[in-house]
Amino acid sequence: MCPPDHFGIEYEINPWMRVSNQSNEERARTQWKTLTQVLENEVGAKLEFMEPIPGLPDLVFTANAGVIHEGKAVPSQFRHPERQGEERHFIDWFTKKGYEVINLYPEINFEGAGDLLGFPDFWIGGYRQRSDIRAYAQLSEIFQKEIMPVELVDQRFYHLDTCFCPLIGGELLYFPPAFDSYAQTVLASRIEQDKRFAVPSQEGERFACNAVCIDRHVVLPTGCPETMAWLHKHGYTTHPVELDEFLKAGGSAKCLTLALD
Amino acid sequence: MIVQTVTIQGHIIDSLILAKVLDAIVMLGGTFTLSEVKVGTQREDTSHATILIEAPTMELLQEILKTILPHGAVVETEEDCTVEPAPADGILPEDFYATSHLSTQIRWQGNWIEVPQPEMDLAIILKTSPLSAQMVPMGSVKKGDLVVTGRKGVRVFPLERPKERDVFGFMEAQVSSERPHHHIIADVAKRMKAIQQQRKDGKGSGKVLFAGGPAIIHAGGREALAWIIEAGYIHVLFCGNALAAHDMEASLYGTSLGYNLGIGRSVPHGHEHHLRTINRVRALGSIQQAIESGLIKEGIMAACIRQGVQMVLAGTIRDDGPLPDVITDSIKAQKAMRAAIPGVELALLVASTLHAVATGNLLPASSPTVCVDINPAVPTKLSDRGSFQAVGLVMDSSSFLWELARELGWEG
Repeated sequence: MCPPDHFGIEYEINPWMRVSNQSNEERARTQWKTLTQVLENEVGAKLEFMEPIPGLPDLVFTANAGVIHEGKAVPSQFRHPERQGEERHFIDWFTKKGYEVINLYPEINFEGAGDLLGFPDFWIGGYRQRSDIRAYAQLSEIFQKEIMPVELVDQRFYHLDTCFCPLIGGELLYFPPAFDSYAQTVLASRIEQDKRFAVPSQEGERFACNAVCIDRHVVLPTGCPETMAWLHKHGYTTHPVELDEFLKAGGSAKCLTLALD
Repeated sequence: MIVQTVTIQGHIIDSLILAKVLDAIVMLGGTFTLSEVKVGTQREDTSHATILIEAPTMELLQEILKTILPHGAVVETEEDCTVEPAPADGILPEDFYATSHLSTQIRWQGNWIEVPQPEMDLAIILKTSPLSAQMVPMGSVKKGDLVVTGRKGVRVFPLERPKERDVFGFMEAQVSSERPHHHIIADVAKRMKAIQQQRKDGKGSGKVLFAGGPAIIHAGGREALAWIIEAGYIHVLFCGNALAAHDMEASLYGTSLGYNLGIGRSVPHGHEHHLRTINRVRALGSIQQAIESGLIKEGIMAACIRQGVQMVLAGTIRDDGPLPDVITDSIKAQKAMRAAIPGVELALLVASTLHAVATGNLLPASSPTVCVDINPAVPTKLSDRGSFQAVGLVMDSSSFLWELARELGWEG
């Protein structure tokens, strides 16, 4: 995770961002701090932090650092110039921590764990908005994984992790209208109906799917009662955290974290 | 038609990405051919597809590309073909491109040029003024001809499935004597009727080619074949000395290789009949003369002459005579056969290994072909030699011709 010391709405690269709708520095700091406490104390996660950098307000969204699996790190190659400055800091961090850094072809855009999520036996890669579909052919060779590309069609759900959250027990929280019909068919065919929860619009727009699942714990934004009820029914403990300052930038719990395994 | 090859790879099958790309091409008004699909064998293996897109206009092609590129399709970089001058008459450059009998194009100075009349096992020569390409047999190449070498800048179009939902639509060589053949013969007859109708209506000039061996006469298929020709269903005949000789022998003596066709047994000195027949035709100068003089009154040759069927008689070493029309130089015979191929829309290769394989080698893959032989080795050999489009029918030639003639309306 990366502290929100320099977080703010300094540009507009997704429909949530409005420079005129500035985040509150103090509230953002408190909300982020609460998230770290929930993760550490209630969920039992071990957290690592990277240093915030002035001029890179979105560095706080570490889900977009890259993707990490079995000691290998593939760093992001951002589509928007506004975020490209973050790349070298993420690479430095991966290198410092001893990960084998593997770069994708330079012409390919890929926005890390924001667009690549998965279950143990297959991964799903979101494309069209930020990441290029061609990233996934290369990533499946690097990680020797089946990666099913799915097209994201709603600009509000510009990263896969804004509308798709795989859970430890093989269940899925997702917001179907964010996907094209082919992707919806694929998800329906891969995940049994009783294991899929299509979050209602209101909660989808609250970023219910931008949740962090660790063991049987799910940390998610507040204001998602139906999602929480479904999770409870399926044996999960929920930890709602108020993160609306970050929603102003188009991010929530999941965007603020990168799983290191 | 504007054509563009794109490739796509990744987990494109289960993710429906390939389906989406293909749907998009069609929805925008293009058509596609999946010229290659390699499906990964393990779950983590990626798959790869090569898609040939055809669009009526360049604008539409651009529109299609604009739509499918975000889904991972990559425009294949195109290069011109390479050419090298032939070092001597009849000698190709070392790395010459060997053709298939599928529709082929070569790229020169950025343009794709259609190579007309595809035929297997030839070379392609490029002509610069005017710009064109041609397939030529090894022996016909001239010193200095620009011969296409390597594989770069050459594209081959897979065979399109015919729109008709008949036996040719499946394009599989059904080489078995233990399969029903009636529906195949019915489909052949349907095609023959359609070709004849188009010719009558002035809507087409498609031809039906018949290549046959003398077993047709020996086994009793002569009457049926003569009727089919007389009714105008055959436009090109390929055969050797024997089919013509025994057909005319039957007309003169009622025998085929000395066997009386009516009573079914050999007659005294019958084995001389075909020699005497050949001798008499030689004396008259041609088969046409033999018919027109009234010497030969009926049969296959008579029907061919009366109907103006284009005949190519190709000789072999064991030929008696031969008849005056037989081309004894096999390269010249091959050329004459090749010249008769354009426009063939149906080829019937009946009871002759030699003529079936020779004709098969000359035919483009787009020509629906039926190979009829009592020996399953013949259709198998034909498809082993590359004529994969041929439908094999393992049956006696005479039974085939009788059934075909009846399908066409014969009441004999």
